This record gives sequence, structure tokens and C-alpha cells, in this order.
Amino acid sequence: MKVHTFWSDLKNYRVLLLMLLPAVAFFVLFAYIPMAGIIIAFKKYDYAGGIFGSAWNGLDNFRFFFESGDAWRVTRNTALYNIAFIVVNNVLQIFTAIMLFEVGGKWFRKITQSALFLPYFISWVVVGAIAYNLLNYDIGTVNALLRGIGLQPIDIYNTPSYWPYILVLVSAWKSLGYGTVMYLAAISGIDTEMYEAAEIDGANIFQRILKVTIPNLYPTIIILVLLAVGNIFRGDFGMFYNMVGNNGLLFSSTDVIDTFVFRSLITSNDIGMSAAAGVFQSVLGFVTIMTVNYAVRKYDKDRALF
Amino acid sequence: MKQLDRKIFSAIGYVSLIFLAVLCIIPFVLVVSSSLTDENTILTEGYQFIPTAFSTEAYSILFKFPQQMIHAYLVTIGVTITGTLLGLFLISMTAYALSRKDFKWRNKFSFFFFFTTLFNGGLVPWYLLIVNYLDMRDTPMALVLPMLLNVFYIIVMKSFMGSIPEAIVESAKIDGAGDFKIYLRLILPLSKPALATIGLFLALAYWNDWYHALLFVSNEDLMPLQYYLYKMLGNMDGMRKAMMGAGAVVTTSIPTESLKMAMTVVATGPILLVYPFIQKYFVQGLTIGAVKG
Repeated sequence: MKVHTFWSDLKNYRVLLLMLLPAVAFFVLFAYIPMAGIIIAFKKYDYAGGIFGSAWNGLDNFRFFFESGDAWRVTRNTALYNIAFIVVNNVLQIFTAIMLFEVGGKWFRKITQSALFLPYFISWVVVGAIAYNLLNYDIGTVNALLRGIGLQPIDIYNTPSYWPYILVLVSAWKSLGYGTVMYLAAISGIDTEMYEAAEIDGANIFQRILKVTIPNLYPTIIILVLLAVGNIFRGDFGMFYNMVGNNGLLFSSTDVIDTFVFRSLITSNDIGMSAAAGVFQSVLGFVTIMTVNYAVRKYDKDRALF
Repeated sequence: MKQLDRKIFSAIGYVSLIFLAVLCIIPFVLVVSSSLTDENTILTEGYQFIPTAFSTEAYSILFKFPQQMIHAYLVTIGVTITGTLLGLFLISMTAYALSRKDFKWRNKFSFFFFFTTLFNGGLVPWYLLIVNYLDMRDTPMALVLPMLLNVFYIIVMKSFMGSIPEAIVESAKIDGAGDFKIYLRLILPLSKPALATIGLFLALAYWNDWYHALLFVSNEDLMPLQYYLYKMLGNMDGMRKAMMGAGAVVTTSIPTESLKMAMTVVATGPILLVYPFIQKYFVQGLTIGAVKG
């Protein structure tokens, strides 16, 4: 009988291990080493000393971050935006997927789906240009239309209160096609016998959707929402940065942890506090994922992420 | 009775789908028409859906001195091709090893990769590593490397390969093929749908990337297309200089507003042109991901 020692395994799997080597090296370098770099958050960073040579300063960076008043604002904004995105985007995507499934011929579906998917393919920079085109005070289309019908133009880029609506709308717009395809795939997978049975029982189309389609979508909804909830403290940097940029007038309603960390690092060069905010974000995110996953596991083991 | 339900439902369906589809397309129409509108008309009347005063001036200026734009295109094309091919190779190789059910440590390695999606060090240590320790600022590596591997793609690829019958690997082993050869000759050709899907996702991510350039690139020779567009949109002086630096003798003022939109069109163009052809594969790919993921 052959004895499976560590060394004999190592020999057996040497090719497979070699094949894993580049990926392992990649994640050690770009993910695990930066995890160790978290200690910067507890240091007074200076370029000469680097990560390891700089002097410790305990929790000063965190204290500064929390006492500046930014911590609460950016955390609240990040969480609220993500909750709004999750609810609005998923409801809209499920609605659109059901409609696409039930209505129209082959060509209508094809053309509509292509149109809905289009925004997903363009970069956030282009979305930023489109927003500028629409929302600019002097020459934006929205204000041109308002002036055209005799109304006062609105100074959108100077008014924070419009931005939650604009950003939720833009997020819904860009992700509509992608999410719709996910849900459409799930709907196509529903056993047609269920629909036939509902039909025989005399269900009309609305009842059919409420009693058959939507309950059958629960697994997909749960998985997609779970993944999104895990990222609730992460902002979509590309979106916020291209829509708002460094427009400080809007920060009260648009600044999220990601844009705050970026600004502290690049613009104000406040490496210590930026790192502290980043650690705060990572820990919040980690705790959220673990809690949600634990809760789902308790409820239904198969539905959990891990 | 039943028919009436159907009719009401269909009416709601058609109206809302057409409304949403129009909402998704109209901004693009707006950008194109703005780029074709005379600058003075834009300044007095604003951007409009249908050009009231048609003008191709923005495009003629853009194409008179296209060096910088072409350069940005070449950077993007180079980065996209390199990143996609290299990424596909590494992702599929990793996924293959993890998909082998007889590989004792597959779960340990899977968790090693998966954990990086649960917890990370944040932007700062990552940024300092790349800039101060790896010294990749202003190198093409900074645009290619950070996006090369993605845990989500590895998982999708792994579950696709996991659905290939094990008997294929077993019989190849009996015939004396090594692990790498099995991957290259057998599994890879069988994984074409997954490769096409992940490849498209990678290509789109590289094509649309501006973030890594924002962080790591200040050298103009290394600016990818989206970042170049970002720079030009935010900086009209820079745009003037770029036009003049390219050799333009600017006697009249440059139509900055319509030029911005023309640049947006030119930077978006290729994606919109190939989009109808690749959309089909995206849908198939997403379906693979949704069903298996």
C-alpha cells in the first residue's frame, strides 16, 4: 500500500501546483501583501521610512478620521446609496425580465434587449460626458428643455439634494441590461409544466407571475442580493468619480468611502488617515459578509455563499 | 375574461419596455447630435436632440491632428489584447487545477483565492506597493497587471470545467498525458464557451479602464483612450494645447463643447460598432454564470 505523505503528494501534484503558481503569486502580491500593509493605518507614514520604517502613532489616524466628521457622512452615504441601488436595480431588472419573457415576438425582444444592454458596455468616463451633456447649467439638454417651456433652469451641479436621485437613476440605467439577462436566464429555466398547471387552475397572467414566476426567482434574487449586500460599504468609484469628480459642493450627498479614501490619498496626500478609512471600510465589509452569510446559513444551508 | 387580462398585461409590457429601451438609447443620440451641432448654437441654445445648425467642424478639427487620439487608441488596443490573452491563459490554467477532483488541496487553494474577496487591505497599501515597492508607475505593467486575475472569473471557469466529464481526464492519463498537456489539448478546446465569455468580460474591462491610468499614469505616451477622454473632458485648456501641440495653427477659437462630444463619440465608437455582434455571446456567458455560478 502506498503511503500518502506530504512529500509524495507534493510530487504527485507537482504539475498542478506549478500551474497554480502564477495565480498564487499574483494574489500574494496584490491581495495578501496589501493586507499586511494595513499597519500603515497605525503609523505616521513618511516616504523615507516606507511602510515598515515609519514611526507608530497608535490610533491617531482613526481618531482624526472619526473626529473630522467625515466618517459618519461617508459611511452613511455609502450604505444608503447601496441599499437604494440594490432595491431599485433589482426590482427594475426583475420587472423588465418578466416583461421581456412574456411580451412580444422574437424581433421585438431582440431589439429591446440590445437597447437595454447598451449602457453596460460604455465606460464611466463616457457616462460622465453624457451626464455633463444633460445636466450642465448653461448648455445642458435638461435646462435647454426647461428654458424652452418657459421654466427656470436648475443648477444641478451646485445642488446636493438632486444627486441621490440622479445617481440611483444612472446606476439603474447602466446595470439594467446586465441584471435583466441574469433574471431572464432564471425565468427561462422555470419548468413550463408549472405554468400549464397554473393555467388549468384558472390563473390569469398576473396571478401566474405572482404565484409561479416570482417564487421561482427567489434563489436567484437571494444570491444576487447577498453578493450585493456583502459590498454594501464599497462604493462604485468609477461612477461617483466620473459623475461628481472633485466637486466639493456636492460632497454632503455624494461622498462615499471610496471617493474619500481616494481623495485623502491622491489629492490631500494624507496617507495615514486614508489608510485608516480603508481599514475601517474593509472591516465593516468583512463583518457584514460574515453576518449575512451566517444568517443565511442558519435559515437555509444551501443558499449561503460559503 | 382571460383575453382581457392578456391584453392589459401586453399593453403594460409593450409600453414599459419601449419606454425603457428609448431611455437607454436616447443619451447616445444626444451625444452624437451634439457633436454634429454648430458650436455657437450649442452655446446659445444648449445641447439638442436634433442638430438645428449642422456642423462637422468638431470632427474635422479632431481628424486634422489625430496623433494623440490614435496614440491613445494604440495604448488601449495593446493593453486590451495583452491583458485579455494573458488573463485568459492564467485564469483557465488556475481554474483547471482547481477543477480537478482528484487534486487533494483544491479546496484549500480555492479558499486562498476566495478569501481575497472577503477582506482586503484597502486602496492605500495596494497603491503604495505598486508605486513605491514595485515601481510600476508609468509602465504598461501598471495598466495590465492589477486587472489580470479575478477570483470571480476563476470560479465561473472552474465550475464550467467541473462539468466536463472526469472520464476524459482519466482516459488521457491512462494514455500517458501529463496534467499540463491534458489542460492544453483537451480541457481548453472543450471550454471554448467559457473562454469566449470570460475573454469578452476581460476585454471590456481593459477597454473601458481609466482607473489604473488615473492612479499610475502621468506620461502622455501611456494614456489609454478612456483616460485620455477623461483628461480632455475635464480640461479645455489641455484640449486646446493638445490641438495646438499637434501642429494646429489656431486662428479661430476651438469649438470646445462640440469637440468634447465628438471625442466622446470617437472614444465610444468601436464598442458601439462591435456591440451588436458580441452581445449574443455576453448573454450566453451570463447565462452560463447564472446557472452554474
